[in-house]
Amino acid sequence: MTNTEIREFIENAIQENPVMLFMKGTPHQPACGFSARTAGCLNELGVKYAALDILPDPRIREELSGLSGWPTIPQLFVDGELVGGCDIVTELFESGELAEKLGVEQAESPSAPEGAPVQRAPLGIDNRLE
Amino acid sequence: MPSADDLQNRIAEAFPGAQVEVQDLTGGGDHFRAEVVSDRFAGLPLIEQHRLVYDVFGEEIGGPIHALSIKTSTPSGG
Repeated sequence: MTNTEIREFIENAIQENPVMLFMKGTPHQPACGFSARTAGCLNELGVKYAALDILPDPRIREELSGLSGWPTIPQLFVDGELVGGCDIVTELFESGELAEKLGVEQAESPSAPEGAPVQRAPLGIDNRLE
Repeated sequence: MPSADDLQNRIAEAFPGAQVEVQDLTGGGDHFRAEVVSDRFAGLPLIEQHRLVYDVFGEEIGGPIHALSIKTSTPSGG
């Protein structure tokens, strides 16, 4: 796969999936605490999302950060726009704004999960780049 | 290897008048947590607030600074 192809794949993933998470590892087996917590927030809200593991090829991360201008992983995109990384997703989860953004109901006084176990299979992409 | 004090000083230089506190989360000099209280964040979405802090370090994020967790706010609390 060329760098251009990887970039196009990432761009398509962001455009085609209303909730798109780029992470280290997978929602079932996160490979980093920050990725685990971010996926955990989405799992907690029960939304369907697509996730892509950036670890299999270092160029995925390079192209993604080039595209988004965001230096770290994870990165969550909603409706084609970067929402942020773990800190922002956690903050928005706790304030209830993430639920609002995703159009779902949230239980009262949420506390962010520390990489909670996955409750539902995520939609789509399971490393087609591998 | 950067220290929490280095990071704190550099953020403080970039945000004059801000309250800045940086912790080394693991003691290993690569996972940091920065709390920044500055007027400059007023009216900006969170993502832009965090970008301003990341921009202080550019390419060092993901390199020597493996992880920088950020918490931003304005003096009025917003």
